[in-house]
Amino acid sequence: MEKKELLKVDGLKQHFPIKGGFFGRTVNHVKAVDDISFTVYEGETVSIVGESGCGKSTTGRAILRLEEPSDGKVYFEGTDLASLSKSEMRKYRKDLQIIFQDPYASINPRQSISDVLNEAMEIQNVLPRKDRRKRIIELLETVGLNGSQADRYPHEFSGGQRQRIGIARALSVNPKLIICDEAVSALDVSIQAQVLNLLDELQDEYGLTYLFISHDLGVVRHISDRVIVMYLGKIMEIGDKKSIFDNPKHPYTKALLSAIPVPDPDREREHIVLRGDVPSPIDPPTGCRFHTRCPFAQEKCRVDVPELIEHDGMEQGHEAACHFVEEIASGQLKPNYMETASF
Amino acid sequence: MEETILDVRGLRTSFFTDEGEVKAVDGVSFSVPKGKTLGIVGESGSGKSITSLSILRLLAENGKVVDGEIRYKGENILDFSEKKMRSLRGNKISMIFQEPMTSLNPVFTVGQQISESLTTHQGMNKKQAMAKSVDLLKLVGIPSPEKRVTQYPYELSGGMRQRVMIAMALACNPEVLVADEPTTALDVTIQAQILGLMKDLQNRLGMSIILITHDLGVVAETCDYVAVMYAGQVVEYSDVRTLFRKPRHPYTVGLLKSLPRPDADQEKLVPIHGMVPSPFNMPKGCRFAPRCPAATDLCREKLPDLFDDGEGNQVRCWIYDEEWPGPKEVDVFGEKRIAQG
Repeated sequence: MEKKELLKVDGLKQHFPIKGGFFGRTVNHVKAVDDISFTVYEGETVSIVGESGCGKSTTGRAILRLEEPSDGKVYFEGTDLASLSKSEMRKYRKDLQIIFQDPYASINPRQSISDVLNEAMEIQNVLPRKDRRKRIIELLETVGLNGSQADRYPHEFSGGQRQRIGIARALSVNPKLIICDEAVSALDVSIQAQVLNLLDELQDEYGLTYLFISHDLGVVRHISDRVIVMYLGKIMEIGDKKSIFDNPKHPYTKALLSAIPVPDPDREREHIVLRGDVPSPIDPPTGCRFHTRCPFAQEKCRVDVPELIEHDGMEQGHEAACHFVEEIASGQLKPNYMETASF
Repeated sequence: MEETILDVRGLRTSFFTDEGEVKAVDGVSFSVPKGKTLGIVGESGSGKSITSLSILRLLAENGKVVDGEIRYKGENILDFSEKKMRSLRGNKISMIFQEPMTSLNPVFTVGQQISESLTTHQGMNKKQAMAKSVDLLKLVGIPSPEKRVTQYPYELSGGMRQRVMIAMALACNPEVLVADEPTTALDVTIQAQILGLMKDLQNRLGMSIILITHDLGVVAETCDYVAVMYAGQVVEYSDVRTLFRKPRHPYTVGLLKSLPRPDADQEKLVPIHGMVPSPFNMPKGCRFAPRCPAATDLCREKLPDLFDDGEGNQVRCWIYDEEWPGPKEVDVFGEKRIAQG
């Protein structure tokens, strides 16, 4: 079956100006997202992973134009969202919904749950008013809450329940794509599993597509079909879940995966420890952004920006932005340093 | 048998609020062997942080240890005067917190903050303390420590600040380091640096660590013993291998089954239904009974003790007691457990 492109991000940039100096001029930019491109197909879950400051959340927000992107195109079912007027964009917001990390901050505390859900339907005009009450109760039951709780206020719910309300709100307008921005990160493991299973079931039932933004590689491995690894505003590697987790090619992906503590005490493992901290996105390193911490960095890495491409020996659709994928894989290129730790 | 440095028995800590008594910690027992790491693992509200604050006697004003013993080298520190406690805290028992941003004082330099405990506990003068601060920063792997020692916390990254916190905690060569979610606020590659550093320092200095965390991956890789907490109580205590290979308490089994693993593919997660009970409305019997797939009337009526298996592993569950009224073979979140009775 032919896969249908739902979302296509092309050359997306998000540069936030830094004001300063005597006249409050723009003195510099935070290059939060710097020229990234990827495609999301209908019905799949694509995750964006990376550490703080890599631009994963900014990407999600730029797609929805919660902050206007500085440059680039975002095609949704073939229409460039970035070129739409505000009112035209509003029509598309029905199709693209977002669930945020903090279930305590993303719901208005003064509205009852039924008001929260009704407002979304009102704005998008999805149902005649008289049918909405029934739909609200249905939605609450879909996300595992009790229909009789519709007139309660957010403070009467726990964190996990509020996240379910956030999901119900996103579902209320029958979206095609849901961006989950660290949607389960604030939840305890036992509750997180409930919400992850719910997202899974909803995807099967409604044919939803997810763009899942997370720093938790366990969650990403569980939920994704494909994975995008970002570092300092750039995509380092992209591929299906199996390729990324079982056969990572980029030295950053390898280090990132290696650093995760595994819940298995019998597995003696050495973790690759990267030197130093993530550099500032205001003045990101030249060339490959990872070269300042990369164990394999060469002169070329300092100068040339590597392209995100499929190298020899990589599965179709598996791409890495590294000049030396083949040389590292064959063992031809030796690391300049290799620090490991076992905890 | 290993030498026990810290032994906590039957600890109960309550907070007295306008709405009534909150039993935040209600039956916590564990021991910390010399030179080893004990993990205290649990979800939000399980009482793990209050346990650590109780050990250091750093509870808020309305909080009080109402029962139990905390024995440090045989002496119950709950009987210590505040003055004697102060000579212990930050000296022989020290602590690092989750938020390196908020636990450092923004208006003092790194060096001044590390020096404080050196001048207080070790009788050093300012100059000696500053020199020792540089050594400590070097010990925790901070590059150009001579420069860093004169800097303020805002000039350092999150990982660097946590290193400074560790340097402060280690200043007086503590015998016990209490680390409350020390890497939770850090990115995974920085977490690897800090966990590696803590292990390395433990090997070199021989201190015991109490590591409080919600991350089962961190527990598996860093701890020798584990106490699992639920709703203010220790529900299981054992060595780390036993805990991950053969968890016995249904809550521990459920916790491990609901964890999305970074090292393996899983079809479906097995969640624990329901949520943790409110501290104002604790169940009468076992606190996990309302969420436990194997709960019986006995579980709902009567709180089980921590039963010892004779090999130092303890579990607070009726399945492992002679009184167990249920079947011999018990299904716990899809795993079989053999009842004691």
